[in-house]
Amino acid sequence: MSHIKIQLKEAQVNQLKEVCRSFDNDPGELINVLHKAQGIFGYLPAEVQEVVARELQLPVAKVYGVVTFYSFFTMQPKGLHPISICMGTACYVRGAEKVLDEFRRILNINVGESTADGKFSISCLRCVGACGLAPVVTIGEKVYGRVSPDGVKDILREYEF
Amino acid sequence: MEKRNLKKVDIIFDISECDYLAVLDKTILRDPDEVILDIIDSGLKGRGGAGFPTGLKWKFTKNEDSEIKYVICNADEGEPGTFKDREILDRVPEKVFTGMAICGFCIGAKEGYIYLRGEYNFLLEELKMKIDLFNKQIREKGLEFTIGIRSGSGAYICGEESALFESMEGYRGEPRNKPPYPTVAGYNWKPTVINNVETLVYVSMICRLGPDKFKELGTKDSRGSKVFSVSGDTPSAGIFELELGMPLNEFVEEFGDGDTKAVQVGGASGHCVPRKQFNETIIGFEGIPTGGSMMIFNSSRSMYNVLHDYLEFFTEESCGQCTPCRVGCQQLLKGIEAVKKGERKPAYLEELKKLALTMKVAAKCGLGQSVANPFNSIIDNFREEIIY
Ligand SMILES: Cc1cc2nc3c(=O)[nH]c(=O)nc-3n(C[C@H](O)[C@H](O)[C@H](O)COP(=O)(O)O)c2cc1C
Ligand code: SF4
Repeated sequence: MSHIKIQLKEAQVNQLKEVCRSFDNDPGELINVLHKAQGIFGYLPAEVQEVVARELQLPVAKVYGVVTFYSFFTMQPKGLHPISICMGTACYVRGAEKVLDEFRRILNINVGESTADGKFSISCLRCVGACGLAPVVTIGEKVYGRVSPDGVKDILREYEF
Repeated sequence: MEKRNLKKVDIIFDISECDYLAVLDKTILRDPDEVILDIIDSGLKGRGGAGFPTGLKWKFTKNEDSEIKYVICNADEGEPGTFKDREILDRVPEKVFTGMAICGFCIGAKEGYIYLRGEYNFLLEELKMKIDLFNKQIREKGLEFTIGIRSGSGAYICGEESALFESMEGYRGEPRNKPPYPTVAGYNWKPTVINNVETLVYVSMICRLGPDKFKELGTKDSRGSKVFSVSGDTPSAGIFELELGMPLNEFVEEFGDGDTKAVQVGGASGHCVPRKQFNETIIGFEGIPTGGSMMIFNSSRSMYNVLHDYLEFFTEESCGQCTPCRVGCQQLLKGIEAVKKGERKPAYLEELKKLALTMKVAAKCGLGQSVANPFNSIIDNFREEIIY
């Protein structure tokens, strides 16, 4: 877990407690609570996990165990436009790695990182089931198919890069 | 071995089959045991990969003495290269619901859940609306059964049935020891039928048209047809329903780009079939079974890259619970990298193959057990590409 303590906003913490209550503080609802928590904070830093653990009366280790198990949960904040590159086999053999390299080169960040202005972040995704369109990139909710390294700049331009 | 020619069929997505309420009306007037006998007689086997006879699974669960039982539709669809369940849930979800309700009626379950892959959450709102309507319609018929839906959170292992139950209960998705099997102790440790999306659609077809109609297609060991997800080097990627029992060479003729060197049958956990074996390979339970993924590679593709990608996938997705799989996946990956770089002699590949076979016996669940399928078939057939 991170070493720098983050000060959570009180209003957000209250909102989170409200979410826990709406699930009757039931430990069996942990995954659902975490989804909502990530909706509020954008990610799940240790401090958020501690609040959830306290409210649901669970050990923090158990909450941490679930957060790190599922790839939908992240302990790092994502960018305003989160870029995800599918690394499923069909995408991989059709050159997803070169596409990823191009994003990394242009934005100058690595997988799991955000740009300094918080605008973009890059992550790799499991097969998204759009293998017919390989290689596939998603930015936020939008899906781009048959992406080539040459096309990366044009895509980023849509987001005023 | 019995063989069938490649034949495209249209059962799963056939809209005239969508009078689901009529199918339900007809079925719930019958004796549940008779319905189960029909499913057994049809020869339907699970379409999620393992291929267990569906009727037997239902019978075992029905025979369990329990107030509470569950029906679960496995829509986790995580196998790389598979996207058929998404298409089914998008286009004909009512057929899936109907299969679930029929199952509930047969085994005596009052609750059913669809476990939807997290990446498919864009389907969620629409599905919820359709489920609400369906629940209302069957309640009006006096059938005591309610369907709910749960979302996954991005873990391939949660497609494994016992991991799926753990995940639905709010825990890390770590597979359980078996036995007990889900038919005895599944979700919430109650008797549970868990079926793939596609399996449930064939159930509603069998209930509408009878088992004989279903048996008209396929072979003795592989009755009926199956939905395939075709991807890779093909001019016609997409979803195709085909009769089971076809030889792979006919498949390649239809879908390949003329330069096919290998087909990965069954996704990352399936087998890699090289060109020289296309003629003798039958797609079905007697040959190479598949959850539906057919990935075609032409001669421009490096099989080293393909295998490397699979191993990265398994290393990433192993739940880490048992050592043979957790450490085995990492070592296989490091091993082929070392051989490629020349740090290890080519003969080291034999050691790695033995490791993969050890995983097959020693790993706790299907993930670790099936790594040997792609590993050994790719090493055996494309040894030079791995070494040089
Ligand atoms: C690692 C792993 C992943 C699996 N993923 C899926 C899946 O995504 N969908 C599915 O239906 N079955 C999956 N299965 C198989 C299920 O455990 C189970 O056998 C199946 O849902 C039973 O349904 P069926 O009899 O209708 O095929 C997976 C199995 C393993 C070992
Ligand atoms: S075989 Fe792999 S995925 Fe299955 S239980 Fe063991 S570590 Fe987990």
